[in-house]
Amino acid sequence: MSDQRPESAGWFVDVDPGDLDAGAAAIYDRTAEHPRDWPAEAVRAGFAADEADYYDALHEATLAATREAVQERERSDDKQLTHAVRAMDDAERTANELAERLAEWAGTFDRDVPGGVDGAREVAAWTPETPAEERVVSLAERVVDLDDERAELRSFVESHAPDVAPNLAEMAGPVLAARLLSLAGGLESLAKKPAGTVQVLGAEDALFAHLRGRGSSPKHGVIFTHEYVRGTHPDQRGSAARAFAGKLAIAARIDYYSGEFKQSVHDDLTDRMATIREREVCQ
Amino acid sequence: MSSALPAGVERRRFDGRERLATRGDPVYGEPQDDEGWRAWDAGRSKLGAMLEIGMDLGIAGDDGVLYLGAASGTTVSHVADFAGPTYAVEFAPRPTRDLVGVAESRPNLFPLLKDAREPETYAHVVESDLDCLIQDVATRGQATVALRNREFLAPDGRLLAAFKARSEDVLSDPAEVFDDVLAELRAGYEILETQRLDRFHDDHLAVVAEPRPEGSE
Repeated sequence: MSDQRPESAGWFVDVDPGDLDAGAAAIYDRTAEHPRDWPAEAVRAGFAADEADYYDALHEATLAATREAVQERERSDDKQLTHAVRAMDDAERTANELAERLAEWAGTFDRDVPGGVDGAREVAAWTPETPAEERVVSLAERVVDLDDERAELRSFVESHAPDVAPNLAEMAGPVLAARLLSLAGGLESLAKKPAGTVQVLGAEDALFAHLRGRGSSPKHGVIFTHEYVRGTHPDQRGSAARAFAGKLAIAARIDYYSGEFKQSVHDDLTDRMATIREREVCQ
Repeated sequence: MSSALPAGVERRRFDGRERLATRGDPVYGEPQDDEGWRAWDAGRSKLGAMLEIGMDLGIAGDDGVLYLGAASGTTVSHVADFAGPTYAVEFAPRPTRDLVGVAESRPNLFPLLKDAREPETYAHVVESDLDCLIQDVATRGQATVALRNREFLAPDGRLLAAFKARSEDVLSDPAEVFDDVLAELRAGYEILETQRLDRFHDDHLAVVAEPRPEGSE
């Protein structure tokens, strides 16, 4: 196709009326400075016999194009989430590492500096008096920036996970949901994994050690961070992890295949967890 | 409460209660009657609430409509039932999937996965001189969105907008937020009527406005 179209041309220009794919592509690939009376122009250009005919073609083209655009965006949105949660973990780990180095260094200036990012925030507020102190304060500022970025990434994950996977985000919390997507390699592959795999995602080292004959099989992977697993008595944790992973796998499938929020699956899990936890009280 | 409803919208009885209704395929499990009318839930639809509280929206049946923030199509399905060509813009992919489903049985409804803050990405599809611009977007800069999309409106067209205070600023008093929004809006619109929608939707201000002739953006 030529790129010589005027700045404000309708989507139908240079599109063969019978070519649905080309029409659909034009709707998402092109732009225009300003709107015009497209139905009349389309009729004048011979794209449509009359306005009714034009609206029929537009309806068909927008349906096909938007259906495809939605699929494409959904596919890429879970990738954005995956990158964001990985970057969040990297930012946190790096901030902590630098904060450790900083605490060691700042401690030589005869001041009491707490460790970690909190300590870096204190050091960043110092007024440096020597060249060495200048470096220390500057480094502290980087740590603080990095920690702020981590917080921003976290809120990005928290606001986007429910869009990508509403049921999974509701059940696991947005951050754990993003971690599961990241470990599985996207919503589609998470939806296709059996519950037993979901249960040990993130515990691959322990799993392969077990498969090679060393050690017991892992009871849980990254889902350990959830209150349902961590907050359950160790004797019952295996059951809790199994029940939780089972429902997570279902939630991921609902999110991938239907996308509708479904309250009943969450209620089922709440009931099941209550039953498991009652067991530990009785023992 | 008796301002004229647009042609194609009627008050009908459902379960003994008078409710707004339009005629079309059911979308979200709303009650229907034998003649194909389906209830329009004002609690789930800001435009429905605007009609319900009797605002003069100045829309007529068969109007050309651009709907920004169509979400999964709950409200826009009713609009398409009584209006003419209806362009529905939504930014989030998940609800747009449902919106496409709603549009399948409505030949005058055109779903678009586009960002309402960037009208040039759909100006080659959406026609000019529309009668009605309906806006319900939950993003910061709602007044800017209305100004940027003014070019789709006919000189005597109407902006029907529901502004959400919390999208602009969570902490400030909604009344102050609305004052700022209206001040910005006046750069391109003559404001005809405003009403709080609190009965149906918390912290929302409904606005009916008309584009200013050659106002500066």
